[in-house]
Amino acid sequence: MLDRTLAPNFGAIEHIKLVEPEHIKLPNGCSLYYFNSGEQDLVRIEWVFGNLRFNPDKPLLNSAVVTMLTEGTGSLSASQIADKVDFYGAFLQAEYGFDHSVVTLYSLSKHLENTLPVIKDIITDSVFPESELQTYVRNQQQKLQVSLQKNDVLARRAFNKAMNGDSLYGLAADATDFQQLQRADMLAHFKQMYQPSNCTIFLAGKIDEEILKLITDTFGKNWQNGPETADTTQPALKQADEHFYYIEKPDAIQSAIRIGTRIINRSHPDFPALQVLNTILGGYFGSRLMANIREDKGYTYGIGSGVSSLKHGGALFIATEVGADVCRDAVSEIEKEINRLKTELVPQDELELVRNYMLGSLLGSLENVFSHADKFKNVYFSELDYTYYDRYTSIIKAVTAQDLMDLANKYLDFDKMYKVIVGKY
Amino acid sequence: MVKFNRFTLNNGLRVLVHEDNTTPMAVVNILYDVGARDEDESQTGFAHLFEHLMFGGSVNIPTYDEPLQRVGGENNAFTSNDITNYYVTLPAVNLETAFWLESDRMLSLAFSEKSLEVQRNVVMEEFKQRYLNQPYGDVWLRLRPMVYKQHPYRWATIGKELSHIENAHIDDVKAFFKKHYNPQNAIMVVGGDVKAEDIKVLAEKWFGPIPAGEKYVRNLPQEPEQHEERHESVTAKVPLNDVYIAFQAPGRMEDGYYAVDLMGDVLSRGNSSRLYRSLVKDQQLFSEIHAYMTGSFDTGMFVVEGKPLETVSIEQAEAAIWQQLELLKQADVPADELTKVKNKTESTLMFSEMSLLDKAMNLAYYELLGDAELLNSEADNYLKITAAQIREQANRIFRKDNSSTLIYLAEQNAAEEIETE
Repeated sequence: MLDRTLAPNFGAIEHIKLVEPEHIKLPNGCSLYYFNSGEQDLVRIEWVFGNLRFNPDKPLLNSAVVTMLTEGTGSLSASQIADKVDFYGAFLQAEYGFDHSVVTLYSLSKHLENTLPVIKDIITDSVFPESELQTYVRNQQQKLQVSLQKNDVLARRAFNKAMNGDSLYGLAADATDFQQLQRADMLAHFKQMYQPSNCTIFLAGKIDEEILKLITDTFGKNWQNGPETADTTQPALKQADEHFYYIEKPDAIQSAIRIGTRIINRSHPDFPALQVLNTILGGYFGSRLMANIREDKGYTYGIGSGVSSLKHGGALFIATEVGADVCRDAVSEIEKEINRLKTELVPQDELELVRNYMLGSLLGSLENVFSHADKFKNVYFSELDYTYYDRYTSIIKAVTAQDLMDLANKYLDFDKMYKVIVGKY
Repeated sequence: MVKFNRFTLNNGLRVLVHEDNTTPMAVVNILYDVGARDEDESQTGFAHLFEHLMFGGSVNIPTYDEPLQRVGGENNAFTSNDITNYYVTLPAVNLETAFWLESDRMLSLAFSEKSLEVQRNVVMEEFKQRYLNQPYGDVWLRLRPMVYKQHPYRWATIGKELSHIENAHIDDVKAFFKKHYNPQNAIMVVGGDVKAEDIKVLAEKWFGPIPAGEKYVRNLPQEPEQHEERHESVTAKVPLNDVYIAFQAPGRMEDGYYAVDLMGDVLSRGNSSRLYRSLVKDQQLFSEIHAYMTGSFDTGMFVVEGKPLETVSIEQAEAAIWQQLELLKQADVPADELTKVKNKTESTLMFSEMSLLDKAMNLAYYELLGDAELLNSEADNYLKITAAQIREQANRIFRKDNSSTLIYLAEQNAAEEIETE
């Protein structure tokens, strides 16, 4: 007779194997990393460019330039670019991130000879036509109006601004920032930023010699560095003195809460253990914040905490939207949960669960060859290597409750955290 | 091409196995053939609330999430108007834990009052967060009852109103479970680093003993064809005007579905699509505009949604949309443009094979539609569509008397101030 009250035996999670890339340095200084695996005849290619130094007078240049790469080149109009990409069933994204701007192409391998020249064109010869710029500015301003009606967006903006000041990380653009965009500035920014020495290419999929040759020929030749090196240094991040921000919305039925602090990034030896601490606090469905504030109190649909690791620093933050009438209670429960990490040892049972959960999660995050490339990028841009993941798994397996309590006392101080409430409080 | 084995247990549970040894992980996806369309009009939102309760402990296991996380697994679920789908991913070595957990909650829930009380609150907060506290968040609460007058698609999965969730009683929960949650109403797909013969043994062991239960026979009022133009305007706390035009469209397995889906791509997929190019770029009337079909099992919705620029009147905006729709009625989509949307569909299907979870979910979904093998003929179904078929569907659907237009008018707001306390 089957005894359903007994859990089946389970095994340790081992054999986390990462696909390591091959590296080619192209003659123009551009680095290419490629990951060969998979059954489908398709690839994902990313061109990653370091963002230029933040200019407070022209704060939107980095993001506007990458977003408008698809809006016209010396030889192709915006609609011709779109036609080519769509006709060959490809997907093209040009996206801004805090540290990098990234052009991503998803393409069936058989169409690469038609899709690659479009990418070459947009990263070497974008012209930012005036009429397209006006359309961009107008549409972005409209989208911004919608975003600014969302409490969670307002909370994120106020939080980032307080934690990072006038910088790429702290930017909370308003309508006038868009108004200031000038074509000449964008062209100059483009010339300095989009050059081979500031570009790293990540290629993932089923790669053969032919594909490799196509890519190295297209991006290694006829693309030279300009006279001026890209300045990717950034001004120091300035934190605000004021730690509490309340944006009142009298009609709100929910309040957005964002609480957190600047913290170490991946390159610091404490980082893997900090991720364990974060997971316990709010990093998975069974976390303490979820168990307390959603599953016990029913104050929210969701609450979580996260650790971000950026080039110039990391952050730990808690975010949620809660019933407006229980906002104060929710904040005080968050405080309790943070303090509990500092004063009580994590029970062994909970710690074992979190270890296994995190190892399973790491294994599960390696779904396909694209995810292997993503894992590599994480360490590459933190100037680490694959030994990071060995260290990460061994720390997850070995970290003790005492280590975690020490870590909580070292890094978490609720009173010194930035706190933003949007809604009612 | 997604290969699979298939067998059915004596109690009616359909099981599909997709072996994929490129990953060390396994996926268990269980689809229950129940959605918001199966709810009573006076208890809407119940299928979705019930999905939350499925995590509140089962008859022999006090918590669902904890034992799964302990073996390195993760899970989630979603409810639509048609189905409720639960999925688990975990290291393949610990697959049996998923069988243990999933079979116990198919056998019976714990029906805890505390869990019901908490999840009622959680779902009400979800209702507020996603539908009430967002600009345009209530669009489906408004648009569905315009398009549907008879069919239960007239309410959204979250439910018609908060009170329906507030009033849910434990006896209703038990009755819902008995009616819909049994092996006959479920399809299980197991994928990843697994062997079909092992899955057969595990399935017999854990799911075999579950009683077949009663077969639910669905008998829903179908939506009569629309023959009147419907129009509503609402003034709301939104920053911009917004135009929604919805049309009744073919259901998932009805004739014309594939042609209408491609027509949606012609109008709105990618920056080369017609609505974006004509109305955002060339004529500069909208800041954004989209068109899509809901893909419902019964009569679906084809929706065009756009935010006009502040200088553009609602009448102008509506007329511009209709002009694009008329073009599809009057002229065949040119060969190149048709090839373009077919190529995009082909590559989307190929990219979806990169994800184990997507493959497992798709197999379950197509099995419910009639045969999981349909997944593998999907590309052909799109490739054989002709320009004439698209034009025929455009003429069938894009009629004023088949349209429901919902307009959001922006109420002027005072500027927001940031206060520091």
